[in-house]
Amino acid sequence: MKAKKMISIYINDVQYKVADGQTIMQAADALGFKIPRLCYHPKLSIEGACRVCIVQVEGQKNYTASCSFPVFENMRVHTNTKELRRARRDIVELILDNHPRDCHTCERDGVCELQRLAYAMGIRNRHFEGERKHYEKDLSSPSVIRDPDKCILCGRCVRLCSEIQKVNALGYAHRGFKTVVMPAFNKPFSESVCTTCGQCINVCPTASFVEKNNTQELFEKLDDPSLTKIVQVAPSVRAAIGEAFGLEAGKAMHKELVSALKKLGFDYIFDTQFAADLTIMEEASELLDRIQGNGRLPMITSCSSAWIKYLEHFYPQFLPNLSTCKSPMSMLGALIKSYFAKKLGCDPSRLLSVAVMCCTAKKHEANRPELAVEGLPAVDMVVTTREIAWMIKSAGIDMISAKGSDFDAPLGLSSGAGAIFGATGGVMEAAIRTAYELYTGETLLDIELQSLRGFSGIKEACFTMEDKEIRVAVAHGLGNAGKLMEIIKKEPDRYHFVEVMGCPGGCIGGGGQPYATANSIPLDEDFLKKRAEALYGIDRDKTIRRSHENPDVQRLYKEFLGRPLSTVSHGLLHTSYSKKQPQGIIAGGGNNEQQ
Amino acid sequence: MADQVETRTIKNSTAQYNVILCSGPSCLHRKSKELLQAVRRELVRHGLERKTEVILSGCLGMCKKGPIMIINPGYTIYGGIHEEHIAEIIEAHLVKNNPVSEKIINEDHLFNRFYRIFGDVAFFGKQMRIALRNCGILDPEKIDDYLSVRGYEALAKVLTSYTPGQVIEEIGISGLRGRGGAGFPTGLKWKLTAETDSAEKYVICNADEGDPGAFMDRSAIEGDPHTVLEGMLIGGYAVGAVKGFIYIRAEYPLAIRRLEKAIAEARKHNLLGKNILGSDFSFDIEIRLGAGAFVCGEETALIQSIEGGRGMPRPRPPYPSVSGVFGKPTLINNVETWANIPVIVLDGADWFASIGTEKSKGTKVFALAGNVVNTGLIEVPMGTTLREIIFDIGGGIPDGKKFKAVQTGGPSGGCLTEDYLDTQIDYDSLAKAGSIMGSGGMIVMDEGTCMVNVAKFFLEFTQNESCGKCTPCREGTKRMLEILTRITAGKGRQGDIEQLERLGNMIRKASLCGLGQSAPNPVLSTIKNFRHEYEEHINRKHCRATVCPAMVVYGITDDCIGCGACVRVCPVGAVSGIKKNKHTIDQEACIKCGECYSTCRFKAITRT
Repeated sequence: MKAKKMISIYINDVQYKVADGQTIMQAADALGFKIPRLCYHPKLSIEGACRVCIVQVEGQKNYTASCSFPVFENMRVHTNTKELRRARRDIVELILDNHPRDCHTCERDGVCELQRLAYAMGIRNRHFEGERKHYEKDLSSPSVIRDPDKCILCGRCVRLCSEIQKVNALGYAHRGFKTVVMPAFNKPFSESVCTTCGQCINVCPTASFVEKNNTQELFEKLDDPSLTKIVQVAPSVRAAIGEAFGLEAGKAMHKELVSALKKLGFDYIFDTQFAADLTIMEEASELLDRIQGNGRLPMITSCSSAWIKYLEHFYPQFLPNLSTCKSPMSMLGALIKSYFAKKLGCDPSRLLSVAVMCCTAKKHEANRPELAVEGLPAVDMVVTTREIAWMIKSAGIDMISAKGSDFDAPLGLSSGAGAIFGATGGVMEAAIRTAYELYTGETLLDIELQSLRGFSGIKEACFTMEDKEIRVAVAHGLGNAGKLMEIIKKEPDRYHFVEVMGCPGGCIGGGGQPYATANSIPLDEDFLKKRAEALYGIDRDKTIRRSHENPDVQRLYKEFLGRPLSTVSHGLLHTSYSKKQPQGIIAGGGNNEQQ
Repeated sequence: MADQVETRTIKNSTAQYNVILCSGPSCLHRKSKELLQAVRRELVRHGLERKTEVILSGCLGMCKKGPIMIINPGYTIYGGIHEEHIAEIIEAHLVKNNPVSEKIINEDHLFNRFYRIFGDVAFFGKQMRIALRNCGILDPEKIDDYLSVRGYEALAKVLTSYTPGQVIEEIGISGLRGRGGAGFPTGLKWKLTAETDSAEKYVICNADEGDPGAFMDRSAIEGDPHTVLEGMLIGGYAVGAVKGFIYIRAEYPLAIRRLEKAIAEARKHNLLGKNILGSDFSFDIEIRLGAGAFVCGEETALIQSIEGGRGMPRPRPPYPSVSGVFGKPTLINNVETWANIPVIVLDGADWFASIGTEKSKGTKVFALAGNVVNTGLIEVPMGTTLREIIFDIGGGIPDGKKFKAVQTGGPSGGCLTEDYLDTQIDYDSLAKAGSIMGSGGMIVMDEGTCMVNVAKFFLEFTQNESCGKCTPCREGTKRMLEILTRITAGKGRQGDIEQLERLGNMIRKASLCGLGQSAPNPVLSTIKNFRHEYEEHINRKHCRATVCPAMVVYGITDDCIGCGACVRVCPVGAVSGIKKNKHTIDQEACIKCGECYSTCRFKAITRT
């Protein structure tokens, strides 16, 4: 790459050498400044809307937004004048002025970017007051609540939904003071193209988007003595929940979490990773089956609920390519309501099946009729990483220093392959570890498949199994998934197997994960890396690292399912989805084919 | 110039007479179109229908005196024409050759400058029409009419004897600056667009005229659509574009229709399309309709709207000359700017540069409105003073009232006092005086105007039209409006003026686009020039113009004869008294509607 030309700029009258072609903010950041900001996000396009990051550039009549203005030779910038401090302060105060004053009862109290900014701006008294906007909350979605009252119109959600997820579920409506972010035609969120991925929650600086909170409901159920309470925990929850307790990112907390869940009142703590191993058994078998001519290729993974909804909306023509496997959560739920209920000798309707997930879309998935088991939902309730952290705190449980414990049998033991499901590429890696052995009869020795790891948008790899070449691709984030579908449209034979995760980074970056801390930004890649590292660490520490070697999975097949893709398996662990056409699909969102 | 004027007035028509009916917005409103039927009927009655061509023209600018009808030869202008006058005028003028003098506006046929054809009517005397040179005198729906006044000659000249660089140089020398308001040097803008390397470039005509009361662009297009197309073609050739967009608001159906017709005719004559006039230059123009958002007049918002997005401005740089429509280099100019281009090419940059002031060349079109005798559309050389416009062309303030202020530049312009009346109109002087050129709105206010109320009115508009993207404009103007509303409602507090200044100055400097940056102008300029009125409102709860209802007090003087008319009209029964005795008003009950005041025939009711 050609080295960027270096130029001189003056920040607050001190000369610096900086690379040409960047913005004032980028240059200043690298030099140890941190110009206050709000709507800016490094992964999204430049909006220039909030005007908090204004600076003075000599020669310019007005203030300049440092996020968008490029540096030039001998530019003289002032970032910290009395006038600027006052203007920034006034701007933030104007935002506060049209914002509810309910910080103490707000979901994001303490983790709110606006609150932090107002504090940092030194707003201790108020100058302006007047009319405040008021809109009804949109409670229609089982996953994401939209509260326009708290919206400060930074536009991050709109940009994220269109630029990274390419769903375009959100846009602006009306003008001036009445401007509001809403789905097309002001449809309820549940009827919009929203895939419930919950990334809007992650990037929102305030509480304009939050998950549908099920904690009170769950507390009540936990108090019901007539129910047997069973909970499962997704891989990525353990990799991130420590952050909600103020720990450094990247510490795996499964043992502590299991003991906290016990204290909360759950009778059985199962591991979604067990079901991940089971998924691999079914999915690897399905892949080999399809490669032998029974079904459409490339086969596409079906673990991510937001991805499935996206596919139903934008690429229904690829539904036959979707693996028929349910997600690990729904598989485990189905087993709890059948296999485990039988084992307990208990009426499945008296079992409470709860899932702790890193994901908001799983709340939607739990409601899907396609996934019910004999009329009962496989999972009765889903709570996110954030929600379970609140519950643990409010129940007075010390999760951090408590002695940990292990998941319960018979659905708690997992291989290392099950753990890495949480990071992008993990499902593929786990599947290859097993498929290789199923196909060749030989054990894959070099099991850490580096080509499938990391955060590039679309990763491609090729594996040789005896005479057979298996070409695979991995995408994370729905925008990348859409790109991958376009590639497949043009080259249907390019891949055999494709993994898609709806959220950037995979489940570790899910919409239900702890909010960014004071020194990080949402979607911070460093955080994602650390979370992924926690999962790869769990994998490394295990002696069993291939799904098919999981003894409890083997026992399940022996006792109950028979073999992968058996009739029992098909009844409980497989399903199919159908095309949906919500209003407001924007051409270009996913290039929906007009039918 | 003199010779060209002659050629421009020769009509390409075999008819012996022509009758021109103005179809500008104001005349249309007064039913000039219905007159068409009456004219045709009368012509038939006198057997003149074959000898006479009837034309609906663009705006002549004499709106106050409309509907306007012109009879040629002779350019006799009839004003205030209604259906009942038609029979008389047609018979007297065309049959008996005896014009109806009491309806004529220009009875004195003396020649004057550029617009000599209309004689020395005071309204035209100080005007100079370049952008509007053809408006009102030719049929905008006929390309032949345009061709007869050297139409598309500038294009031909450019294509045959100029390199693109020479065109840009010529425009640069002319000193033309953007007529959309900001006054950016047009030649430089063209140069920057031409210099950006790209195989795909665009040209845009900004016809999203949104200022309330402004109809400059509308009239220019309705009156002479081809000149805009010709300007764009020349611009396209100069910067290397192959496609142009005209972004025009959907509320201008007549202008749109005439543009569509003009584009179709131009295509037919190979003035648009492939290999124009046999040259290597290919160019086409597409019309895009705006849905009436004021902010879409801002270039980056307009570009978003053309692309199919919501019209919201984006930060600059990059400027459209580098990254415009679909991310390609784009040359965007306003209608009036484009209309100047063919004249500059034909008559020379030096001639153009000889008109106007040192830094502002040529003419400027204004929509003159408010408390002035001759409201309408005018075009004056840069450097004309506000006094000349208001008192000479505009005819002064009606009803013997005193001049109080003039607002230039549309809803976000500043209000200037009598002290500024001798300010020469150009970009820099107006900016120095605390206002802006804007796209050409000019509203005159007399002593009966409350300046606080005026500021509130304009801020209401800009606040409503804010796109809602940036904080200062969206939230800040709202708070300013709330303070102004409070002041005009008699609830002003100490510190309100300072609050307005603090917010206004911040919004002006911190907003994302021109809308926000100029929105506080009316407030800040009225505070600067009429601070005492704000103070009166706040401290004494007094509105000297008796406009703000909450502060008006109605009283009854000894002139009252006790007729009881006021008692009958008062909707709340606040007036009472014994017949034939002086009445009184219950101030508690009075809702300040003013009914009694306007009903009293004895001027016995006071408003203070």
